[in-house]
Amino acid sequence: MRVLRNLIGLLGEFLITAGAFLLLFVAWQLWWTDVVAEAEAGRVVTQLQGNPNAWVQPDQVQLGDAFAIVRIPRFGADFARPLYEGTTRDVLQRGIGHYDGTQLPGGVGNFAMAGHRTTYGKPFNQIDKLKVGDVVLIETKDAYFVYRVTGHEVVPPTQTSVLLPVPDQPDATPTVAALTLTSCHPEFSARERFIAFGKLDATYPRSKGVPASMLEVQG
Amino acid sequence: MSFYGWLWRILPGPMPVKVIGALTLLTAVLAVLFTLVFPAIAPLMPFNETTVE
Repeated sequence: MRVLRNLIGLLGEFLITAGAFLLLFVAWQLWWTDVVAEAEAGRVVTQLQGNPNAWVQPDQVQLGDAFAIVRIPRFGADFARPLYEGTTRDVLQRGIGHYDGTQLPGGVGNFAMAGHRTTYGKPFNQIDKLKVGDVVLIETKDAYFVYRVTGHEVVPPTQTSVLLPVPDQPDATPTVAALTLTSCHPEFSARERFIAFGKLDATYPRSKGVPASMLEVQG
Repeated sequence: MSFYGWLWRILPGPMPVKVIGALTLLTAVLAVLFTLVFPAIAPLMPFNETTVE
């Protein structure tokens, strides 16, 4: 009997410990990864804004370099996140990633980015709130590129055709500068992907800046 | 027989020192979990994919 009671006691302690471990993992995933990623994103944006030498030309980026600042007024007036080259797990844990091999900001073709919907700073948490006409502003070393949202779709994770130069149209020759944003869907799931599309509306030299009216949220 | 009972018994010193020792151990365990263990198991979770591939 004594041995049995001891074993049950130990088992109880083990189960309580396992429960605490799971709760801690949830807290880490849902809260701590946001704290870490948002702090780093803020640091990188501040560094880019304060130091002209910190910018890399978009056509010279290496995997993991921050080479642009992404602003989406619909996500908040102060939403500004660095854009890194590549979409590896490590890159996306730090912020928004540019699919390598897709067009650079402003170019004719498709400029595609991925970002977390939840956790790791969740830059694209509100991607489903984007409306047609909403601005996605890309600031690079020399220019501001103003993209406007044209629509969205929900696709299986394997549908890479959303990244094509003309999204979803293989063999088509691109004539406009398109934009694709990808994130997971529904929230906290990897079952599908939420895709937002856009196209280039205007370009301004960085020295001149962007008209304030561009950053207002309509409707 | 109890793991936590055993841990409490082997912590040195009088009661206040034992409390400090226990908190130190707890902090160390949390630090290891947050910086090493959780980042290592997160990729195995099914809700972190955002790219099409």
